Amino acid sequence: MKKRFIYADNAATTAVSENVLNAMLPYFRYEYGNPSSIYKLGRDNEQAVIDARNKVAKALGADPKEIFFTSCGSESDNWAIKGVAELMAAKGKKHIVTSVFEHHAVLHTTEYLQKKGYDVTYVPINEKGLIDPEDVKKAIRDDTALVTIMYANNEIGTIQPIEEIAKICKEKGVLFHTDAVQAVGHVNIDVHKQGIDLLSLSGHKIHAQKGIGVLYVRKGINIPNLIHGGGQEKGKRAGTENVPAIVGLGVAIEDATKNIDEKGKKITAIRNKIIDGILKIPYTRLNGDRDKRLPGNINISIEGIEGESILLLLDSYGICASSGSACTSGSLDPSHVLLALGLTHEVAHGSLRLSIEDDLTEDDADYIIEVVPKVVERLRSFSPLWEGIINNAV
Amino acid sequence: MLYSDKVIDHFTNPRNVGEIENADGVGEIGNAKCGDIMRMYLKIDDGIITDAKFKTFGCGAAIATSSMATELIKGNSVEDALKLTNKAVVEALDGLPPVKIHCSVLAEDAVKSALSDYYTKQGIDPVPIVGEIKEPEE
Repeated sequence: MKKRFIYADNAATTAVSENVLNAMLPYFRYEYGNPSSIYKLGRDNEQAVIDARNKVAKALGADPKEIFFTSCGSESDNWAIKGVAELMAAKGKKHIVTSVFEHHAVLHTTEYLQKKGYDVTYVPINEKGLIDPEDVKKAIRDDTALVTIMYANNEIGTIQPIEEIAKICKEKGVLFHTDAVQAVGHVNIDVHKQGIDLLSLSGHKIHAQKGIGVLYVRKGINIPNLIHGGGQEKGKRAGTENVPAIVGLGVAIEDATKNIDEKGKKITAIRNKIIDGILKIPYTRLNGDRDKRLPGNINISIEGIEGESILLLLDSYGICASSGSACTSGSLDPSHVLLALGLTHEVAHGSLRLSIEDDLTEDDADYIIEVVPKVVERLRSFSPLWEGIINNAV
Repeated sequence: MLYSDKVIDHFTNPRNVGEIENADGVGEIGNAKCGDIMRMYLKIDDGIITDAKFKTFGCGAAIATSSMATELIKGNSVEDALKLTNKAVVEALDGLPPVKIHCSVLAEDAVKSALSDYYTKQGIDPVPIVGEIKEPEE
C-alpha cells in the first residue's frame, strides 16, 4: 500500500482555490486603493467590492443591500444574535430560542446573553441529529426576540428543516437567524424564498481565504452597528474593507454554488462507499441521519478507542481528519453534539469525522477504507476499554 | 495540539505495550467517561522491576506517557519507581501541552497503583508506602 496524502477535513477549512487566488492577487500589490477614495485606483476597488457583494447576494437569493462583509462566521453569528437581542430588548423581548447542538459561536453567545439577563431555550435534537420544528414552535413565547438554528451541523452534517422553522417564526412574528457556515455551497439556499431573516457564512469553508465572512440581514431589520467609525458596510461595520478577501469570497461563492446538485450526487456516492466500508468494523455507528446530511460529511463512532489517537495514527498514514469539532480539541470533554445525540461519554470520545469534497478520488476512498480498520485494530489491541467490551459481549 | 517529536514517537511506536501473565503487580487508573484508562503490569524480582507493560485507552498523550513511564521504571528498584513523578515523565517526553498534563499524572498514578497491588500481594499494607491514589475527577 503506497502512502497517500488525503485532506478529508474540509469542514474545518478548505484550500484557497486557483480561481480565487488569481482573482485576489492584483488587490494585494497593484490594486491597493482604498474603496472610499475618489480617484480611479480607489473607485476600481469600490467597484470590486460592489461586484463581490452582488455575487454573494445572487448566490443567496438576497439583495446586495442585505449583504454585510465581516471577518468570519463567528463574527457574523455574534453580530446577528447580540444585535437582534439588543434591538428587540428595546421592545421588551428578551427571550432567544436556539438548539443544543449549535456551534460554539452561537452557544457561547447565548450563554453570554443569559448572564446579561436574557432567557434562552435550547431545543433538543432527536437521535438522528434533527430538530423537530414543533419543538421550536413550542419554545416560542410572546417575548421571544430571535430563533437561531443552524442550517447544517458542523460535526454530524445533518441538514435541519430550515424552511419549516422559518415559516413558524414568520407566523409567530419572530426573527429567524441561521448559521449556514457548513451549508453554503453544499445545499441550495434562497434566503427570500425560504423566509430566512439573517444568515451567517464563512469564506474559508468554500475555498476563499480565512478572515472573511458575511452576515445577510433582511431589509427592514435595523440591526445595531457592530463597529462604529466610517461609512463602510452602510456604517454598520466600519473599517476599511478587506478588498482582496472580499474579491476572493465573491469568486468562491460563485464557484461553490455552481452545479450544487450534480456535485452533491457525486460526493454522496463516494461518501456512502466510505461510510459502508468503515461500518464493516464491528462496534461502530454512523452519527446523524444518513440521508438528511451534507454530501461530504462522515461521522462515525468507534467503540473502545479514543478520537485523538485515531487522528494521530491516520495522520501517520497521510490522512487529515477530525474528531468532532476542531474548535473543541483544546478541551477534554467529548463533543456536545455527540452527547446531545444520546451517545455515552465513552462512545462520544471515539468519534471520527471525515469531510470530503469532489476532488476525492475512488482510489482515495479505497485507501481510507483500507487504512481506518488498520488504525482501529492497532489501537484496540492495547485498549483496556475494548478488552472490556469484547469480554462483556462473550 | 502541539506535541513534541518524542510524544509523537512514543505514541506511534509505543514501548512495552501488552500484558504480563502472572504479573507481580497490576494497577489500573482512570475511567472511560473522562476518556483515559491506563493499566500497568509489573514483573518484580528481588525488588527490581524486571519488566513493565501497559494497556491504555486514551489520547495520544495518554499512550505516550504510559509508554514513557514504563521505560523510566524498567530495570529500576521498586523504591526508585515509587519516586517517579509526573514531572519526570513530562520532561522525558520534552514537554506536554498544558491540557494534557493530567495524562502524566495518570501515568504516575498507574505505576503507583501497580506497586500498591504488588505490596498488597506481599501481605504489606501499601498505603503507608505508596500513599492514597486518587481517582481522576470526572
